[in-house]
Amino acid sequence: MLIPRSWVNDFVDLSGISDETIADAFVRVGFEIEEVIKQGADLTGPLVVARVLAIEELAEHKKPIRYVELDCNEGQSRFVICGARNFAVNDLVIAALPGAVLPGNFAISARETYGKTSNGMICSSKELGLGEDHSGIIVLAEGSAVLGQDAIDLLQINDTIFDIAVNPDRGYALSIRGAAREIAGALDLNFTDPITHIKSLEFKEGSGATPIKISDGAMVAYLRSLDNFNPKASSPIWLSRRVEKVGMRSISLAVDVTNYVMIELGQPLHAFDRAKIIDGLEITYAADKAKFKTLDSQERVLASSDLVVRDNKQVLALAGTMGGLDSEITDSTTTIAIEAVRFDPIAIAKNSRRHKLSTEASRRLERGVDPSLAELASARAAELMISLGGATYLGTAKAGEAKYPAIIALDPKYVNDRLGTELSADAIAKALTTVGCDVDVKSWKVDPPSWRSDLQIPADLVEEVARIVGYDQIPSVLPRSPYAATLTPAQLRRRTVASALAARGLTEVQNFPFVAESTMKALNYTGERAATFRIANPMSEETPLMRTHLIPGLIAAAQRNLSRGARDFALFEIGAIFRNTTKMVDGLFPPLGKKPDAATIKAIFDSVPPQPIHLGAIFVGKTTGDNWRTKARAYEWADAIAEAQTVLDLCGLQYTVERSDFAPWHPGRCAELLVDGKAVAHAGELHPRVCSEFGLPARSCALVINLDALPASNTVRAAVIGSMPIAVQDVALVVAADVSAAALEQALVEGAGDLLESIVLFDRYDKIGDGKISLAFTLSFRATDRTLTGEEITAAREAAVANAAKLYGATVRS
Amino acid sequence: MNPQEINEWVSAAKSAFAAAGDLDELKAARLAHTGDKAPISLASRGLGSLSPEEKASFGKVIGEAKAAIASALADETARLEIARDQKILLEEVVDITLPAKLTHAGGLHPITIIKNDISDFFLAQGYSVVEGPELESSWLNFDALNIPADHPARTMQDTFFVEPLSAGLVLRTQTSPLQIRTMLTEEPPIYIISPGRTFRADELDSTHSPVFHQVDGLVVDRGISMAHLKGTLDNFARHMFGPDVTTRLRPSFFPFTEPSAEVDVFFNGRWIEWGGCGMVNPKVLETCGVDTNEFSGFAFGMGLERTLMVRHGITDLHEIVEGDLRFTRQFGVGL
Repeated sequence: MLIPRSWVNDFVDLSGISDETIADAFVRVGFEIEEVIKQGADLTGPLVVARVLAIEELAEHKKPIRYVELDCNEGQSRFVICGARNFAVNDLVIAALPGAVLPGNFAISARETYGKTSNGMICSSKELGLGEDHSGIIVLAEGSAVLGQDAIDLLQINDTIFDIAVNPDRGYALSIRGAAREIAGALDLNFTDPITHIKSLEFKEGSGATPIKISDGAMVAYLRSLDNFNPKASSPIWLSRRVEKVGMRSISLAVDVTNYVMIELGQPLHAFDRAKIIDGLEITYAADKAKFKTLDSQERVLASSDLVVRDNKQVLALAGTMGGLDSEITDSTTTIAIEAVRFDPIAIAKNSRRHKLSTEASRRLERGVDPSLAELASARAAELMISLGGATYLGTAKAGEAKYPAIIALDPKYVNDRLGTELSADAIAKALTTVGCDVDVKSWKVDPPSWRSDLQIPADLVEEVARIVGYDQIPSVLPRSPYAATLTPAQLRRRTVASALAARGLTEVQNFPFVAESTMKALNYTGERAATFRIANPMSEETPLMRTHLIPGLIAAAQRNLSRGARDFALFEIGAIFRNTTKMVDGLFPPLGKKPDAATIKAIFDSVPPQPIHLGAIFVGKTTGDNWRTKARAYEWADAIAEAQTVLDLCGLQYTVERSDFAPWHPGRCAELLVDGKAVAHAGELHPRVCSEFGLPARSCALVINLDALPASNTVRAAVIGSMPIAVQDVALVVAADVSAAALEQALVEGAGDLLESIVLFDRYDKIGDGKISLAFTLSFRATDRTLTGEEITAAREAAVANAAKLYGATVRS
Repeated sequence: MNPQEINEWVSAAKSAFAAAGDLDELKAARLAHTGDKAPISLASRGLGSLSPEEKASFGKVIGEAKAAIASALADETARLEIARDQKILLEEVVDITLPAKLTHAGGLHPITIIKNDISDFFLAQGYSVVEGPELESSWLNFDALNIPADHPARTMQDTFFVEPLSAGLVLRTQTSPLQIRTMLTEEPPIYIISPGRTFRADELDSTHSPVFHQVDGLVVDRGISMAHLKGTLDNFARHMFGPDVTTRLRPSFFPFTEPSAEVDVFFNGRWIEWGGCGMVNPKVLETCGVDTNEFSGFAFGMGLERTLMVRHGITDLHEIVEGDLRFTRQFGVGL
């Protein structure tokens, strides 16, 4: 909202107060300053009013050029070159004379151009920094200025315009009246309410008025009928300039007046050509699929949810949003109906959103306009059209009744309790009075002003007091929690695992959880991982699905890094996945203001699908870069499995490893890790087709662990760590190639008995032939209470080998 | 054999040991002066043929002489071993500036680092860290937070909805639904923060992202006032931006707080909008069954990306969301 200082000054005496002080005051009471525009600051005269005496058309140039003779009241003519064509002989224009400097540091001097001497320049609004209008030069209405008059003064150019941001609860501040009141309150100055003057106007209902009726969607409506309006009457400079300063275009007297009153008071108005209204106006919902052309010449198809203003025959306006082309004021309109309505804010918000039309009117009406203004603003507009346009008053039609905010009972102690302040009751009452409340300091009944429909509960009044007193008056005190808080075990585990992986050389990424359908197909997801959620309004039509697995995002992140030149790396992500595997129910919306019952709360929680936290990682390229110490080797399936096992080890979990055929891994190189017999992780080499499809180096590897499926770590029962000597025995066994290392190891462990402390596979040899392989293990034996004898050690080793022989036909390699 | 002669043997041995240039020469000298045929060894063996008196006096002299020779030998051995080691160590010098590290250290994503940092800061003050679903019930994300059905935030332009729309599920637009979940299930006093991922239907550009992170804080207790909010934010801002940072509260509007404020921090010479906050709207407390006669509360919310960008001078949000490991590795594990 653009707020010209000069306009505010009509209602608050700002003399002696700097622009900076005013800007700070706006911020302090809750209006962010987007920009402070110092209009005229980069403009110096002479800038004068001139009359066009003659025009010579110079046709020999690329574009038509005029050589214009001006009377600047200097006793002799002045000649200037001009490219604009929107003026005629006898028009009053604005001339910048040599010595003037226009915005953009554009110095005016006499110069030779187009073969003529140009002794100044006639100016457009844009050239003077007054607006964006560059369609032609400024042409003043006859009688509005005197030849040779200083135009800087005439056009009221020197002004400061504050562009303030207005929060949705403060619709009243989308007006000079509202903003001026805020400034007065913030700076403790007197405020003269513009409606004091309007209340003194007298417009009796009269009999000749066009009627208005509310069938739906409005609280109160006024329609004031005027006759004998002079369509040739133009806006006086003070009017058109104020309209321009708030960023609107000056169009015609009737339109300028409605805009002027809207900006001054905050009540949108619409002026109809009364001759076009058949019988009277009705505020109602549209017929479905009715067609209607708005002022912007757009044909719109209406729906039964659109609130409209219509007459007996057709729709004339999209209520509170935009008028219709058919009933707009034209340059021959002489009879006018000024409409001012307090529409239902939600109806206007819907109109505006459905038609993607955010207008000055809709922005105000959807925030709720002061209900008293329908009467007052329409009266103010009628007054201006009568005094400036020669109109005569016919009468007023009214529908509905204004309803005002309810009285609020406030305990001043409540204000201090909520703010942590020690304000006196007087100070609280004064602050509330400043914002327009009536305060009965005996009963502490607070009557909010008509424009503050947002003030409903005591907490709303607390904010008003804090705003006016200043948020900086609130002390700074730390509260004391009665709790000793820690991370939950799951949070601590996630954090520790992430740090461990980072220390092991993996880099964390956080990917958007959106996936393309083609990716889901290419990764060959089935079952739970094919059951996803579709976003109704996705960011990109390419990725409308929620991820069911972390691999797609990791592949995309790997691709991005590869494309930027990275070659050898490992990435990991910890995040939620989304599987549509529970029954979807309709959303629950219990009433507000009281706690829903336990069953409803549970039903709401249950309506939200579980979203477990997974850990995923991808391994690309070599385990090290090329280096001088070792020969770099590529990541292989075992690296991914090792990383997954490390995570489970760190969590203190026992697990088993089984081969698994699980997309998107290589069907022969994927391990499934099970805890308590339940699959919690998959790791290994990615499917070769996946690598080629997504441009990853061959044999890239990956792992995924469902962190939420991991059981909590039990408190460790520490085993006795013996200090007796260790006895180490190596055995090399020959078995069939399809015997897994894990199975053979398990057989040895079971056979060796309690003396076995640890077992490590240290060699695998597959060149024996005959479908056999050799697996060699180091077995370490120890007793906690004695040194083992040679016989004991041999017996234990032989028992281990015997069990391997029994279960898998293992023979000792000779 | 007389004492003078014995002294000469000792002197000769000492000179020979001292003259040795390396351990091999020393070994030869040792054999010559302490070996079987060395005079002192012969004399020692000859003691047996002497009378008891002579045996006593010469035995003592010879013993002392042997000890002196042994001591000299030990000294010279030590000297020559040091010299030998020095030579070997000199030969073993390497270029220790050769790249020793074969792999990069990895790193935590800076969002994780700042989340951990903020969590630790509030845990130490007795706040629990509450996390929850990203795909969330509309009622928890909007209605219960006093965001009415016609609020612009609820339109398709701002919020991601999942199909079918009748399920009322949205990608949460804030982590505040966790405040509602907590108040619905736990009795006050409540001291929580909820860091997490949030969603808005914004196009990705240098300052906006459809996926971002917030930390929300909620305190509900007896006698909680806006002064407590201010104290908490002052403290939090100093932790995030340094001890000299100052804050200011500006009046603002949020449906779920009343009074509401924006909190700005004065950092690097200018005011930065940091987050939103306020006293929990009594309407919200009532919907959660909190007795507003007994309890009041405050809440605040900040963007983690924004905090990171301000604190670390990151100018383009793309860097935070793209997962380029060159960016992330700069942060290590946040030490």
